[in-house]
Amino acid sequence: MRVRIRNGRLIDPARKRDVRGDLCIAGGRIVAAGRAPAEFTPDFDIDAAGQCVIPGLVDLCARFREPGAEHKARIRSESIAAAAGGVTTVCCPPDTSPVIDTPAVVELIHRRGADCGLTRILALGAVTQGLQGERLAEMRALQLAGCPAVSNARAPIPNSEVLRRALEYAANFNLTVFLFAEDHYLRNSGVVHEGAVSTRLGLPPVPATAETVAVSRALQLAEQTGARVHFCRLSAEASVGMIAAAKASGLPVSADVAICNLHLTEDDVDGYNSDCHLIPPLRTAADRDALRRAVADGTIDAVCSDHQPHDDDAKASPFSLTEPGASTIEHLLPLMLRLAQDGAMDLRTAIDAVTRRPALVLGNGGGTLQVGATADVAVMHAGETITVSRRSLRSAGKNTPFSGWRLPGKISHTLLAGKVVFSA
Amino acid sequence: MTAHDIQLDEHGRLKHFLTTEGFSRELILEILDHAESFAGVGDRAVKKVPLLRGKTVVNLFFEPSTRTRTTFELAAKRLSADVLNISIEASAASKGESLQDTLRTLEAMHCDMFVVRHANSGAAHFIARQVAPHVRVINGGDGRHAHPTQALLDMFTIRRHKRDFESLSVAIVGDIAHSRVARSEIHALRSLGVPDLRVVGPKTLIPAQVERLGVRVFHELDEGLARADVVIMLRLQRERMRGALLPSEQEYFQCYGLTAQRLKAAKPDVIVMHPGPINRGIEIDSRVADGDHSVILQQVSHGIAVRMAVMAMTMGSLAQPAERGH
Amino acid sequence: MIIQHEEIERLIAGMGDQAQKLLAATGRRDPLMIGIHTGGVWVAERLHRLLGVENPLGELNIAFYRDDFSRIGMHPTVAPSRLPFDIEGRDLILVDDVLYTGRTVRAAMNEIFDWGRPASICLVVLVERGGRELPVQADVVGRSLSLKNGEHVKLTGPEPLALEIRKT
Repeated sequence: MRVRIRNGRLIDPARKRDVRGDLCIAGGRIVAAGRAPAEFTPDFDIDAAGQCVIPGLVDLCARFREPGAEHKARIRSESIAAAAGGVTTVCCPPDTSPVIDTPAVVELIHRRGADCGLTRILALGAVTQGLQGERLAEMRALQLAGCPAVSNARAPIPNSEVLRRALEYAANFNLTVFLFAEDHYLRNSGVVHEGAVSTRLGLPPVPATAETVAVSRALQLAEQTGARVHFCRLSAEASVGMIAAAKASGLPVSADVAICNLHLTEDDVDGYNSDCHLIPPLRTAADRDALRRAVADGTIDAVCSDHQPHDDDAKASPFSLTEPGASTIEHLLPLMLRLAQDGAMDLRTAIDAVTRRPALVLGNGGGTLQVGATADVAVMHAGETITVSRRSLRSAGKNTPFSGWRLPGKISHTLLAGKVVFSA
Repeated sequence: MTAHDIQLDEHGRLKHFLTTEGFSRELILEILDHAESFAGVGDRAVKKVPLLRGKTVVNLFFEPSTRTRTTFELAAKRLSADVLNISIEASAASKGESLQDTLRTLEAMHCDMFVVRHANSGAAHFIARQVAPHVRVINGGDGRHAHPTQALLDMFTIRRHKRDFESLSVAIVGDIAHSRVARSEIHALRSLGVPDLRVVGPKTLIPAQVERLGVRVFHELDEGLARADVVIMLRLQRERMRGALLPSEQEYFQCYGLTAQRLKAAKPDVIVMHPGPINRGIEIDSRVADGDHSVILQQVSHGIAVRMAVMAMTMGSLAQPAERGH
Repeated sequence: MIIQHEEIERLIAGMGDQAQKLLAATGRRDPLMIGIHTGGVWVAERLHRLLGVENPLGELNIAFYRDDFSRIGMHPTVAPSRLPFDIEGRDLILVDDVLYTGRTVRAAMNEIFDWGRPASICLVVLVERGGRELPVQADVVGRSLSLKNGEHVKLTGPEPLALEIRKT
């Protein structure tokens, strides 16, 4: 099918400047960006006058709850939410049930995702069997089954020797390791950042060192093994400095941050707001600002939604007994645009951090509007406002911490490989 | 202060009693004054006043506690209320479902007030947000967050011995990090205008940024007790040794245990308090616990009057705030 | 309208005489006197002196026995009740400033019976006005007033005492 998206402002992070014009798609790929070739006759026209045309978002972490937690959400419901949010590629971490440590589970998820056909789901394989942190998973088999990377999800790997060998083995096959670095013992069953708020509310605390100690350890093992490590969900200012230094010294490391940690702080937990019960925890304003700067200057490569839809019961308990996680995928783009609006970074960088840069981490060449690229595209009114409300969430999980927020960015169309998967 | 202070109704009256945080000095004094009125009820032939007659008070205890439960029970009965005692074993599996279902079942039985004790911080707030508009919630202790009735009965005790809060030095000694009593007392003492409020304990038992609550931190007991008017000793729980927070009870007693010798650093008319139950020889020496400075037994007897005051005030807020007649 | 303190002292003296005659006629001896806070206590203090009662004066705060708790809630506190004697089997003189609906006296009697079982209660009031809502009557009255709709009588004190009639 031939599609022409007319008269939009094309914001392609791969290019230096925005271009006003048409985006032409044929055979699922971009065939022209800027000026439509004279002989191009589209089967389908999208009027993008007054709108921005950007690459579809690449989300490095979202949980669609299949297999194993279908009472919370389904691949179908979350794909609908993703498409409505302009997200065209999603990485699913391996902490499903069963864990993604066999090709069978990879194939299950990929097939269900393809059957829905609304967003591209990529399963991340497990680093250790059952995510137990002891024996290596069959990473090669997982890679061949289609996993672009392996990960420990949020499971700790307390044994440093195991972590060293896991990184070494992944490096053997040129597999990137998506590592959530946290010291299990320093976390000590904490639920909020160790600071003034945890003290006042009397909630078990998680010190920043639970992250920084683990990041430091992993960086040194990455150096020793030559592995490509992507640090997931940084939350502390001190981690940023370590990543910057590692990059400066030439280590092939990358990092991402969850969108919540760029907007919210420990103060948002006040009143025992279980929608703000998150892992990693929301930290101080200084941490949030340092994370924003790191995204702006590229120290942190990508921003992900860390989407975790929950059933209502999971959040309806005294705080420590609730399950952590927020339902965010639909609002990833508006929340990034809000960062640009607040002056934390310019618009191109905000879009880059959720398109081209995460695609680079995955190494799949996506996230751009270049000629020849797969036509994953989002069309949006950057100036229009949406109001976040629990009821209007398409995700099965209504656990949003942004209820009532007015955000810029109303998506009108999302295309996946040239096919319209969402239109407002 | 929580984002929406659900304790007070729109007229500023006490609706639920969840935490001393954010209370004005006037409100605390009002509660203490009401408690004074209730203090004499135990001396009568009929130890009751009819204020809560026909009301049902439920002690909803998710954590075992004999002494707190019995004082709440006595307080409710002295107000002529009917009392139900429900002990729920908290298990990982039960979590939120049974809590909400339990509440709904009890509300269907027309219960008017819940006294809640729970192992998790924020539990009383959670329950207060769930109950029907006419139901009242009193926090009997939630996790390490708050134990407001204990704090108030301690304020009642202090007021009876020391006239003026605004000139006092008060030291709270022990496991501040895990203490809901400490947090509630800090808020109450600050609201009452205590100018010199100290917490004393080893670094492993002092929570992060506790100075932001308005206290000075001491790691040396003698410095912490110097010229103190009131010393509040906290109970040390056995688990602290297991969590790598302390090596042994003996070393804790050596460094932070209150003995007669240590007490000499305080003012000559210092009063010694303890929310109980006491661990003799661990946080406090028997001779001090039973000695002339100790007001520990009085604290226990004040608990009923203070709890009566809190129950009567919260239930009374159901009324219209009309012109108070004749 | 205001009744000044000289007139009130005169009224109280008259009440004292009436009370003495009543006690003698009914054979009640060695009575205990109880004033209802706050105005009743002021009146009772004077009667207590006039009659030369040796037993200490009792004070009753009926706040917890009012029948309007569910309508009005907790009142600001007045001093707590203090009955420094055992009332079991004793003759009581209950003193209040104004007898109106009768609910205060009912509450006071309920409270008294929670302290013990008296042999008798004799009710002495400074002012009795119309508007009784319960079957309560005073044994000794200083002055009967008949008030119009919307008028209220209030005793101010403790020194000097004055009765004010106000429109609400």
